[in-house]
Amino acid sequence: MSAVLQTVKLCKSFGALTVAADIDFTLEAGARHALIGPNGAGKTTFVNLLTGRLAPSSGSVALGGEDVTQLAQAQRVKRGLGRTFQINTLFGSMSVLDNVALGVAERRGTAGKWWRPANSYAEVRDEALELLASLGIADEAPRRVLDLPYGKQRLVEIAIALGLRPKVLLLDEPAAGVPKVESERILEALAQLPKDIAILIIEHDMDLVFRFAERITVLVQGEVLCHGAPDEIARDARVREVYLGESHD
Amino acid sequence: MKHPVGYNADARLRWTEWLPWVLAIVVFFALPDYLSMGARVLTYILFALSLDLILGYAGIITLGHAAFFGLGAYVTGMLSVKLGVTDPFLQLLASAVAAGVLGLVTGAVIMRTHGLTQLMLTLAVAAVCLEIANKATHLTGGADGLAGVVVAPIFGMFKFDLYGKTAYWWCLVILFAGWWLVRRMIHSPFGASLTGIRENRLRMEAIGAPVYARLVLVYTISAVMAGVAGALLTQTNQVVGLNVLGFEPSGELMVMLILGGVGRLYGAFVGPRVFWVAQDYLAKQFPEYWFFGIGLLLVIVVLFARGGVLGICDGLLAKFRSMRGGGTA
Ligand SMILES: Nc1ncnc2c1ncn2[C@@H]1O[C@H](COP(=O)(O)OP(=O)(O)OP(=O)(O)O)[C@@H](O)[C@H]1O
Ligand SMILES: [Mg+2]
Repeated sequence: MSAVLQTVKLCKSFGALTVAADIDFTLEAGARHALIGPNGAGKTTFVNLLTGRLAPSSGSVALGGEDVTQLAQAQRVKRGLGRTFQINTLFGSMSVLDNVALGVAERRGTAGKWWRPANSYAEVRDEALELLASLGIADEAPRRVLDLPYGKQRLVEIAIALGLRPKVLLLDEPAAGVPKVESERILEALAQLPKDIAILIIEHDMDLVFRFAERITVLVQGEVLCHGAPDEIARDARVREVYLGESHD
Repeated sequence: MKHPVGYNADARLRWTEWLPWVLAIVVFFALPDYLSMGARVLTYILFALSLDLILGYAGIITLGHAAFFGLGAYVTGMLSVKLGVTDPFLQLLASAVAAGVLGLVTGAVIMRTHGLTQLMLTLAVAAVCLEIANKATHLTGGADGLAGVVVAPIFGMFKFDLYGKTAYWWCLVILFAGWWLVRRMIHSPFGASLTGIRENRLRMEAIGAPVYARLVLVYTISAVMAGVAGALLTQTNQVVGLNVLGFEPSGELMVMLILGGVGRLYGAFVGPRVFWVAQDYLAKQFPEYWFFGIGLLLVIVVLFARGGVLGICDGLLAKFRSMRGGGTA
């Protein structure tokens, strides 16, 4: 009953390659849930199926109890689904502030307004600034986002999604490619997020996963291998087998 | 001179933004023999401005924008020559509506595509329009075009005279209105979202923006502006021919905008002038190779001065400032 996001028999293939095979998945309200699995397991594809960027071959996606399988991305966002990208997907030439403000404005329904200047919408700007401050990058607001160091760009990546005030947040490897020291900062930021946001995090760094997640799902070649609490997963022989000899960065 | 927009940009007019208008009024009094040509320049500025809105801000790549310009030009021409409708406002309105409808219908298809497909589709629309104008001789005069376009006096008072005085003011006022509209739009949240689409369509979709609808909307607005510019051209020239349609004027327009500076609002004001001055000079110096010269100029700008002429001014200004700053500090 408290599932905020649920998939039933979700399938996706690219030609002969099956990247999602009958995935039954449930994200509970307020969850801190990790999705792990080797490279190419289909984790990013799964996120794309959830957000509606990709259409499933079969199966269904429910958000807050409502079937959204046929809904476009924008409508799922309106219902509280936010995401970040594994590879930075930012508004390159725009300022850090504008990167976040664009999303805030969409959520507030002011983004289509065309008469008053954008800077007269103080509530949008202030909210974006507050968000940046909560992630510790308020000073960077006026800078061009691509001029930021990579670790801070990853934080902007998260800030954009938070500007949508999501009920469900999908984080696709938020610390990918970030040096250890800075990934700590990202983890810290994530730990401070409101508890009523359900979070699904994809992450290769097992240390980070075990510190953050209360529940883990293991995906291998498009199939759910198992799910459970972190200590169960750590003990699971099949998981060890999959990860044996695997190198993770 | 780079025109900053977004949630932290000051949208108030700066004094430099009055310069084009002051210049236009100075030209009126200082160069009375060139007003017809001046009016043509003003219509092309409006046309270029319409392209900057979609190319510079929304990132829509088109090589077929003359379809709307040409349609506007022909609608005004046909109204006058075939139906005897000579009211200048009615002519503008009809051209605007026709171009807008074409923009909406073709935009609804084209905005579903990206990149090369998008480019080819815009080209195809322009090519089809050219072919229709060429073949429907009973309406358009075919290769001969339509001559003897009559435009009634504005408000029954201001006759379109031989020297182009009225045409000049008429074009200037309409251009001013178009500029005002575009300026408001690019500074607005809508404008910011267009820039967002240009910078990253994927992310815009992920934050829940109705990307497709916004693109179709801005494409239609731009088509209306181009159509109005076309109507102005016919009213100024009092003839209309096939040269307003097809790939060539579309491509030329793109070159003008790139020379002036894309996505800078005022690149549209500079580009057409630079283009014609260069064309004029090259045509005199190298009558057979002038187009080669334009091509070379374009290559140089694209390789070394991405911001066009305005970009170069920006660079010089920044240098000057830092030199002065360095001198006093
Ligand atoms: N659009 C596509 N067309 C064809 N194949 C694709 C497409 N997108 C992904 N794939 C393939 O699907 C498989 C799963 O890719 P996916 O990106 O979902 O894996 P992942 O688990 O996120 O991997 P990683 O840990 O490297 O991010 C890969 O083999 C990939 O090559
Ligand atoms: Mg991935």
